[in-house]
Amino acid sequence: MKLWGRLFSPASAPEARERLQILLSHERQILGSGDDLLSVLREDILAAVAKRVTCEREAVKVRLERGSPLSILEIEVEIRGNDLTAKAA
Amino acid sequence: MAKIITVTSGKGGVGKTTTTAAIGAALAKTGDRVAVVDFDVGLRNLDLVMGAERRVVYDLVNVVQGDAKLQQALIKDKRVDTLFLLPASQTRDKDALTEEGVDTVIAQLRDQFDWVICDSPAGIERGATLAMRHADIAIVVTNPEVSSVRDSDRIVGILDAKTLKAIRGETVDKRLLLTRYDPARAARGDMLKTEDVLEILSIPLLGIIPESGDVLKASNLGVPVSINDPASPPARAYMDAARRLKGEDVAVQVPTERRGGLLGKFLRRAA
Repeated sequence: MKLWGRLFSPASAPEARERLQILLSHERQILGSGDDLLSVLREDILAAVAKRVTCEREAVKVRLERGSPLSILEIEVEIRGNDLTAKAA
Repeated sequence: MAKIITVTSGKGGVGKTTTTAAIGAALAKTGDRVAVVDFDVGLRNLDLVMGAERRVVYDLVNVVQGDAKLQQALIKDKRVDTLFLLPASQTRDKDALTEEGVDTVIAQLRDQFDWVICDSPAGIERGATLAMRHADIAIVVTNPEVSSVRDSDRIVGILDAKTLKAIRGETVDKRLLLTRYDPARAARGDMLKTEDVLEILSIPLLGIIPESGDVLKASNLGVPVSINDPASPPARAYMDAARRLKGEDVAVQVPTERRGGLLGKFLRRAA
């Protein structure tokens, strides 16, 4: 019975190939674009904040922690002193 | 001016150290001056695979930290006189290597050798990114198996992002080395095909190293497999890979099943 099973079990390599292709196309999307997403977000936030408050480029920190069921996007903006009066629009 | 090769994979146990020793010895056999550098700080093994474990006095960290000169730390191979080893340290201090320190050592090595081969630790942490930092060529060692292919895919992405070449807007020359290739399993359709792995990772093929007892035998003896028994299938495959690195056009041989075992005996008798 064992020998019979061995002789007629289908090749497993095609399944390995298919699983990998699906997984990697998914992972490349997340991992590949991850850094880009953060840098784009950072620029957007910097632009929005700088419109109202004086703030330096390095003062904006954006971190993304991916998880399931929740991902956390952490944004930290450092502002020198207590100069929080709104700029004229 | 040396070319810097980094042997990397993400996954552990796929054959990085074996490959570093084998390619290093194969290139040195052609008369080129070769330095193999163990970046696996804390878990060094290249010295053992090359049979130099009792000759280690100073190591990479000593040189990086200025406690020893490069010439004091380099160990000359006893079999091939253009082959040198720079061993890793066994310190548990993760921050023993710094970018600046590595930059200085690599710059010195570049001046003295034709090839510098960096054996990367497994993983994608600092040690691995430091090992690939200066790479002109990356040998991505991969087994025809799902987890190894996945990790190699990650490493390819990191090579395109974190190496000095990538930062300068150039690209690292990445080559796939398929190791532990088992012709019998390939014939049964139970192992990813070379074409599949090439298509998935889409980097050019440097060579295919067959699964073989010769690899274990050579590491038992502390001799790079490429020079232990030069006629053995893995030695030939590594020698061919080294020639390809030197720019020679050598066709890749897909290992085929050697007729051993019961069926082989039967066929030989019948012939």
